[in-house]
Amino acid sequence: MVGNQSVASRPIESVLSTNKVIRSTYQLLSMTLIFSAFMAYLSISMQASQGMGLVATIAGIVMLWFVLPKTANSASGIPVIFAITGLLGFGIGPMVAYYLAVNPSIVMTALGGTGVIFLGLSGYALTTRKDFSFMGGFLMVGMLVIIGASLLNIFFGIPALSLTVSAAVVMIMSGFILYETSSIIHGGETNYIMATASLFLSIINLFSALLHLLGALGGDD
Amino acid sequence: MDWVKIGSAALMIGMLVFIYPRMRQAMKDSPKGSTEDWMGFVVPLAGVIGFVIFLIMMVRS
Repeated sequence: MVGNQSVASRPIESVLSTNKVIRSTYQLLSMTLIFSAFMAYLSISMQASQGMGLVATIAGIVMLWFVLPKTANSASGIPVIFAITGLLGFGIGPMVAYYLAVNPSIVMTALGGTGVIFLGLSGYALTTRKDFSFMGGFLMVGMLVIIGASLLNIFFGIPALSLTVSAAVVMIMSGFILYETSSIIHGGETNYIMATASLFLSIINLFSALLHLLGALGGDD
Repeated sequence: MDWVKIGSAALMIGMLVFIYPRMRQAMKDSPKGSTEDWMGFVVPLAGVIGFVIFLIMMVRS
């Protein structure tokens, strides 16, 4: 009897635990996005240079790779995730400032577009409850190709390649949003701090790629 | 070449070095998706592509 109860209650516990991870992830994600936007605003109002933005981005990524995995299972993971998202927000500031000077409506459209894409894809993954774990390898290969192409373009500066990379980033980040949301739903990701970091990276990359695409193809670049 | 470009290149190389072993692991561990699974990805992706084209047209007009 006790054994039967345990078997019967396990899925309910699992569902409750999953719901808790989803709720905590979206709460933390909202707060980190607000903080990141504030840091981007600070960067714009300080007129931070591209170099300052790059240093902040490198610091954020180094923390993401080497500090967050060690702290994500404890309370110290919270200030670390805020530091990372703040640094990445500050890092994106100079690019946002450039587009604000060119055409402010591009920034607003990219911001709204990012929100719609994120909510739409998250809603799709949450309502259909499809398992996107099969996409892990494909997304990582896509990510590697994008980074390789971006590296080449630093030296060659081909505008068409830059646009192709931005379009690919939009698609790969959309895939990551589906993959990560599905991973939370199916119990693959149980740490809400790591889930927040992953979704935040997808959102910020999606935003910068959209900004670049709209800036280049919107006719005012 | 200015130092921002050198720093960006160094960051990209660091990313490649960091991601490469994770990509190999992900390829080894990921289950194979069926045609139906891939369709479940292609449909929302087509929606995203359509939406981005709509945003570009909106900004152009």
